[in-house]
Parts: sequence; C-alpha cells; structure tokens
Amino acid sequence: MSKDRIKKATSHVVQNEGLLFEESRPGRVGYSIPALDVPERRDDELIERRFLRDDDLEGMPELSEVDVIRHFTRLSTWNYGVDTGMYPLGSCTMKYNPRINERVARIEGFANLHPLTPAPLAQGALEVISRLEECLAAITGLAAVTLQPAAGAQGELTGIAMIRSALTSRGNPRKKVLIPDSAHGTNPASAVICGYTVETIPSREDGTTDLEALSKVMNEDVAALMLTNPNTLGKFEENIEEICRIVHSSGGFVYMDGANMNALVGVTKPARFGIDVMHLNLHKTFSTPHGGGGPGAGPVAVTEELEPFLPFPRVVKTEEGLTLDFNRPKSIGRVRAYFGNFGVLVRALSYILTHGDAGLREATETAVLNANYIAHHLIDTYEIAYPGALMHEVVFSDKRQKKFGVTNADIAKRLIDYGFYPPTMSFPLIVQGALMVEPTETESREELDLFIEAMRSINDEAAEDPDTLKNAPHTTKVGRLDEVAAARKPVLRWRRNNLAE
Amino acid sequence: MRYIPNSPDERRAMLASLGLERIEELFEQIPPRLRLDGPVGIGSPVSEPELIAWFRRLAAENATDYQSFLGAGAYSHHIPVIIDSLISRSEFFTAYTPYQPELSQGTLQYVFEFQTLVCQLTGMDVANASVYDGSTGLAEAVLMAQRVTRRDKFLIADTVHPQYREVVKTYTKDLGAEVRYVGHTETGTIDFSSLHIDKETAAVVVQSPNFFGCIEDLAALADAAHEAGALLVVAITEPMSLGVLRSPGSAGADIVVAEGQSFGIPLSYGGPYCGLFATREKYLRQMPGRLVGETVDHHGRRGYVLTLSTREQHIRREKATSNICTNQGLFALMATVYLATMGRRGVQEVARQNLNKAHYAADAISKLDGFALRYSAPFFNEFVIRMPRSATEATRALIEKKIIGGVALECYYPDLNDSLLVCVTETASKRAIDDFVDALSKL
Amino acid sequence: MANTPEELSYTKDHEWVRVKGDSATIGITDHAQNQLGDVVYVELPKVGEKFESGEPFGSVESVKAVSEIYMPLGGEVTEMNAALADSPELVNEDPYGKGWMIELKIADSSEIDGLLSAAEYEDYLKEEASE
Repeated sequence: MSKDRIKKATSHVVQNEGLLFEESRPGRVGYSIPALDVPERRDDELIERRFLRDDDLEGMPELSEVDVIRHFTRLSTWNYGVDTGMYPLGSCTMKYNPRINERVARIEGFANLHPLTPAPLAQGALEVISRLEECLAAITGLAAVTLQPAAGAQGELTGIAMIRSALTSRGNPRKKVLIPDSAHGTNPASAVICGYTVETIPSREDGTTDLEALSKVMNEDVAALMLTNPNTLGKFEENIEEICRIVHSSGGFVYMDGANMNALVGVTKPARFGIDVMHLNLHKTFSTPHGGGGPGAGPVAVTEELEPFLPFPRVVKTEEGLTLDFNRPKSIGRVRAYFGNFGVLVRALSYILTHGDAGLREATETAVLNANYIAHHLIDTYEIAYPGALMHEVVFSDKRQKKFGVTNADIAKRLIDYGFYPPTMSFPLIVQGALMVEPTETESREELDLFIEAMRSINDEAAEDPDTLKNAPHTTKVGRLDEVAAARKPVLRWRRNNLAE
Repeated sequence: MRYIPNSPDERRAMLASLGLERIEELFEQIPPRLRLDGPVGIGSPVSEPELIAWFRRLAAENATDYQSFLGAGAYSHHIPVIIDSLISRSEFFTAYTPYQPELSQGTLQYVFEFQTLVCQLTGMDVANASVYDGSTGLAEAVLMAQRVTRRDKFLIADTVHPQYREVVKTYTKDLGAEVRYVGHTETGTIDFSSLHIDKETAAVVVQSPNFFGCIEDLAALADAAHEAGALLVVAITEPMSLGVLRSPGSAGADIVVAEGQSFGIPLSYGGPYCGLFATREKYLRQMPGRLVGETVDHHGRRGYVLTLSTREQHIRREKATSNICTNQGLFALMATVYLATMGRRGVQEVARQNLNKAHYAADAISKLDGFALRYSAPFFNEFVIRMPRSATEATRALIEKKIIGGVALECYYPDLNDSLLVCVTETASKRAIDDFVDALSKL
Repeated sequence: MANTPEELSYTKDHEWVRVKGDSATIGITDHAQNQLGDVVYVELPKVGEKFESGEPFGSVESVKAVSEIYMPLGGEVTEMNAALADSPELVNEDPYGKGWMIELKIADSSEIDGLLSAAEYEDYLKEEASE
C-alpha cells in the first residue's frame, strides 16, 4: 500500500564497504611522488633516536589508487545531498551550491597562495577580501566587516568580545547577555567564552520577543541582547526598532544572529533596525557548500562605533595598493590564524556577484514564497506551533499525530523512505516535537508539491499503520541505529582488535 | 536567476494559491520604513564567463610562480589528484552535518576513519571530528585544560606560532586564565630553567616542531608537567613530521592539536584548513567538538552515529564544552583521502624527503660565508638561518629573483632581525634549493 | 504510573532520599528516569566533597539531554556508586536499588523535615502533569 504512495524514490542496490583499515593490504601503493633527488641519510643521522617514531605507523592503511576511489565513491552513495533532492533542514539553509563558485575557488592563483606571501604579491587575494567586505557592508548596511571568523559560532564570539571591549573602554564590561529561549545553542555558549553569564528571556505567544519582559530585565548589568531575526520560528521581530531602543537606553548593545539573513537580503538592511553588530553565515545565506559539516565562514559586520575593535589585521587601501594594517590598538586581537576561510570567501563573493542586486532580492523573495507555500498547504495536516506571518521557514509539530503514538522522529524517518532528507528536529527548544522546514529558493514547484504530498501521506499512514512509521526508514543501507549503545560504550576509533572485543 | 527553478509565471501561480497577488505582500511583517526601496548596492548580475575571467585576472595578481620557502604553519606538499575528484562528489560536499545517520553513513564512516587516523598519527586515544584549524584548536585545548584541571595558569612556550598565541589570548582573556610565556635557549627549544610549573599551573603548552622548526623534548616536558598535576598540551603545525617523529601521545602528551593542512589541503591563502584534536580517553567528556561512534542498527548491521552530543552547545548551551557547532567536514575528508592514498608508506616517504631536503638545504646554506644555523636542536623541515644582514631586506632582494625566501622573523621576534625561517618540503627540487643557496650567496 | 516507595523521602527535583541515622543514600526517582529515557552517563562527585542542600552535585545524561541532580540535604559525600560508570542503565532498571548514586553524612538533620513524603511527592507529580 504505502509503496504506491512513494513517487519520488525507488530503492536501489548500494555497495557494502568496510573501513579503510580493513580494506588495507600490505604492499599496496596509491601515490606517486618524484624520487628523492638529494643524498639520502638515515633518520637517526639527522635526529636523535629518542625523538624518532618506533611504531612504523602500524595500522595505517595501504591501498591502491583504485581501492581509494572505490572506497570513497561507495561511501558517497550512502549520503544524501542537496544535489540529490530537497534538503529542508530548517535553519541550515540547504540551497543549491553553484558550480562556478567551486571553479573559481580552485584557480591556482588562489588555491596555491601561501598566507604569508608578502602583500605586494597577494594583491588579487586582498582584493577578494576587500571586495567581499564592501559587499557585506552594503547588504547589512553596517559600516565595517571582518571576514576572519571561521564559522557563525566564531562570529558570535568575535561580536560579543567586541562588545565587551567597547564596554570595558567605557569603564565597565558589565555582567550578562540576554538571549531569547528560541535561540541557537551557540549564542549562550559564545557569550560564556567572553566572560558573561546568560539570562534567558521567554518568547511571547506569537513567538517574538516580549518587550515588557525585556524592559524588566534590562539594566546596567546587561552588556548585550543576542537576537536572531527573523527568529528560529521564521518570525520577523516586528518591534525590532523598539527592542534596540530599550537595550540602547540602558547602554547595552544589540547583537543580531544573522543565521536567517537569507530572509532579508535585498529587502531590508539590518542597520536600519538599530542593531550594533551581526554575523553572517556564508554557508547558509551565500551558499558556500555545507561540506558534510563544514567549513563555514562567519563574517561579522559592525557599526562605526565598534569598528576600532575588529580583529586585526585589516586590509587597507594605500597608494601602493592593498596592505595589511596590524596597528589596531583597540582590536580584540586575532580569532584565527591568517585571514579566515579564504576559499569560502571566494565562493561567497562569486555567489553575490553572480546574483547582483536583482538576483539577491529575487532569491530572498522566492525563499519566503516557498516556505509560505509549504506552510499554507500543510497547515490543515500538521500543527504550526506559532502560526501567523512567516518568512523563510516554518516550524511544524507532531501534536496532531501524537494521538496515534507517532512522534516527530517517526515522521522524519519516514520522510527518508519518500526520498527526502528530514527537517530539523527538536529545535527550537520551545516547540515540543518540532519539525522545522526550510525549503530555500532553489526548489522547484514539483519538488515542493512532492514534499507536501509526502507529508500528507505520512499523516495518513500515522492513522492507518503507525508501525510503518515507527520502524522507518525501510529503504536505507542501515535502519535506525542504537544511539544509546553508542553513548554508553563509546567506540570512537578502529583498532585491530575492535572485532575481537 | 538560473539557480531558481520556478519561472516567474510559476511563482505567480504559487502566490495565487496563497491568495496573494504581489510578492511584497509576504513581507508586510517588516515595517515599511525598514524596507528597501532601491537596490542593495552590489550592481548588476555578472554572467558566468565574465565572472570567471574577472577572478582569473585577480588570481593572476597573486604570486604562485615564485619558488617559495615559506612554511610557518602552512606547508606546500604534493596533493594527489584523486582528492579533488572525490571531494567533488556532491553527495559529500552538498550534504550537511550527519544529523540523520540513515542518510549520512558516507559522512559518518569517513569521520570515524578520520578520527582513527588522527589517533594513529598522534598516538592518542581519542580524536574528534575536527575543529576549524590549528590556531583555534589550540585555544580550545587551553580552555579544555582549564576545565580538566580547574586551574587557571598556563605556561606557553614563546616558540609556539605567534598567531596561535594571539588566538589563545583572545579566547582566554575573559575567562580568568593567566598566560605566561616561557623563553627558549640557544638550542631553539624551551628553556627548562625558566619553566616554573606549580600547583596553579593548568598546562604547559608547546609546539613541536616549534615555530623555529626545532623538535622539543616532549617526554621530559610531560614528566615535568605531570609531576605538578598539570597537563601537557602539544600543538603541531606540520603534522607531516609525524611520519618520522615519535608521536606526542607516546611521549606523554595529554592534549594534541594539529593543523591538518599538510594532508592534501590547498594553501588557499590561509584557509579553510582542518584542525586535528586528540586527547586521552579519561578526558573525553571535556573534549570540544563533534564525535562519531560505532554502533549497530536493529538488524545488527554496523553503522555510525554522532555521539556524546551532551557535551555540545545545542544541548548544554551555556554549559557546553565549546561554542563550536560545525566541524570542517569536507576538509576532514580531504585529509582522510590524503592519508588513505599516501598510506602508511607514503606518509613515511614524504616525511623522509622533507627531512633530507631540509637538511641538504640547511647544510648548504650554513656553509656560505657569514651564514649559520641559528639553533642547534634537531629539526624536521624548517630551520632558522642567521645571515650577515637584515633578513627583511634579504627577502625583498630575493623577490627580484622570483624567490620567496621564507619568513623574516623580525616581525614576530624584534631581536631576531638577522634571522630567516626557511621551510623545505618535498615540492622543492634539488635544483630549486641550489638556486636558492646561490641567490643567498650573491646577496 | 511511576513507582514511589513509601519508606523514602523525596524532593521536587525528583531525587529520593533514604535516611539512616546521620547518613543518607540518594538517587533519582522512577518518574525522573522515565522522563529522561535511557541513561547513558552519570556524573558523580568524589568522596569527600561537600555540598549545601539544593546545590547540583552531578548530572544524568540521556542521548539528547542532560539533567543536573541536586542535593536534597547538605553534607559530605561518603560513598558514590562506582558501578554506574560502567552500567548507567542501572538507573533505569533499578532506580531505588542498584541505581543509587551517593551516600552522604548529613550536616544538619533539621533539613530532613523539608523533604516530601511519598504521598506528597505523588501529589506533586499529579500537579506537574496537569500543568
């Protein structure tokens, strides 16, 4: 019965493959380098024996080139990526990764450039940095941008550290940071590294910030409010200007988490809200590849007032071209060696220039349209915890399906059989049984319709045949895995005797 | 816009199905005065051929046809072509963090392999799924040592990469950590006589080979640290050295962080790279970052999952072991493919080539009139030369001959104005080395 | 319905206490282990550490959640259940028996009066459920 309902996917043979270490055979070779062309000396002629390895790298693999290609190709077929199909992982913005970005990042003049190359010999790279900073300043409306942070979470740390330095220079770093209950976990974790305690502020019934609650807790101990806008429920903070006024009136700063900036680019500029500092996730909004977990990049944009506190070095324009300015006495220091994830920056610049003004706005509009389209066509089937106007994503819950004994996890796992990657689960924390869906602008109407149909069909199955959901997925290489056993007796690496144990 | 599948007509039809006419209606939740009425300010869209041409022009302004002897935390090594071929499979690069293990076994298995390889090379018990890079990895290691020991004092060798030390400073300054730098001797390694480890010391932090290329006596440092109940944190910027050098784990290190760039990752002007992070089993719960573990499904089939997530920010929030969320996924894959392709023998062969070529170069340079090796400690593929003039001026003169001679140490160590940090890897041919020596002799 | 042995005392943070003279054994309730799901790790203090009543002394982890455990009474830890390190599942299987967590020397026996009886704890659970 249920198989007829699944239109998008068909199950298909996949290859089994062991671990690299199990596939290894002594004597196999997969590499090719030029022969040594200087006189060879014994290791212990050059380095004292006690500093030399004595395990002969026992256990490391020995494989041919073909073995390596087959190994990783087989592994890749066990994955699902954006190129496979819709990947509606809310808050992660899984949009198409343009190939031109990959091409330009691999141009030899970028890929082979050493980070300590003297500035006169690295003008092209410095131009990429300078141009991207200008683009991101234009997009946010803020005065200055650093590209050094390696990821969004590091951007948060950078921004809060700058706020701390600014407050310290005024005489008092203050004590705490306010964070709404709907925020990403990185927000509180980043604030703590900067020496602050965290106070959680509850959301209103419509999912936005409670102005009264904010006013009550706002005082001279508060260094900053960290606010995601639109928030993780997909809601725009309509009172954002008032929020900024409240925080500023007590001398605090407003940090905007730009994780959801893809809902705003080209439509508004956060500087207009009155915020002081924000980060951008280049792998979300500007479509640099998510890479199975990274690398990302988390540039931070700030007002004129915070500019002196940016990490050093800064790229500056002089008569001799672009150079690096290390003389930044108020700077918070470095947050990463060299200049950040440069290869990611090249990709993001390529994305922005490809779109131009018109394309950036079109992408934002379409992302919001697609999210609203899904919400509209599923609202009769699934509960939306915080209904009302939505931006780029929608958070459903399993409230109506619970009566059949079915949870959000069961719905998510069953979606796999229908050919979709599941939505984000169990986040934001304020929604019980959350299923957070973000389609992005790069999905076609047919794919969106198939998703809507799959979700409706799963709802029918929940009533008719809940066990099918509870045992899903049925078509993957492995079924549901025993996470309890994994956590109780962690096996975190291969050892020759793992199996024997 | 070619990345948006739906035509304008299709979008209008979708809008109509929502009962709307104009796309602007979807943005009414944003107060009108906040909305833009003009363009963002980026300009017109650029076509594919024009954009590629523009980037090529920019890239051509960067010097990649110079013979370079730069190292100092980023190293030029041969990169097997199959790495780019494999990481370009979009099942890898267009996937995200493996939250749903049933659809992410490819990512999960290679991360498990990566963790194993890092343990094998470093001689440690457990390794995470990677951190951003070596510099932030070291900052994370310092914070971890503070949690493990509940002590706040750190003794950091002044021969740790200066940029790494700057990152550590940024991360620790608001957390009550006290950082003291420990000097070095004429050998180029840490000065044991000024290493005052006491009951407040959380960790001794060294790099080996250190910023000058010198190999530290990790076993002696581990003993000294452990005697006072402190940890030994070891940073490695050139992990290729592990092909020949004793692993820090076998020498007694407690936390090892390394920059994984040497393992098949392009220089790319400093990033993205891949931070390796390993520790002892007993400190596992205090480790930052993602971890992949082995388990079984309900049919008993082997599979992999993210595990021990309760350490992480998405669950423990302000009490998490770190604010890190992503790992370096695709770049951990690059390192894994590199180590699989080079394998046990290739890593050893590359390491020996580095060792031999660097010593060949060092011997030749130190025979030049007025030149000498600055330090006497054993080294791997980097060494400091002292020259009869300003090293900064010398590097400028070498550029005229299309040679980037290394890092003039003056910018990091003002009293070392006659010293040049030179790195020689397997990518430098004997001829290139000879030309370099010749150019130095004619300065 | 969760099991709530008559002879034990309880707290609103879902710890149970078995008082014997000036010492007390502490663990988490059947209700608490049920809410948490499969326990994968228990973090406990060292013998000799001292805590005030109400202070967190450890934590219990499931795959996707962490709960702190709070001191029902102030005092010094005299023993901890080492078996939980290898077998955290004992907390699920036998919360009032083999899943005990620590034993302590009570600092101030007057604090015992502040604990809930089994009946009071059950009422509290009903109250919580109705919210």
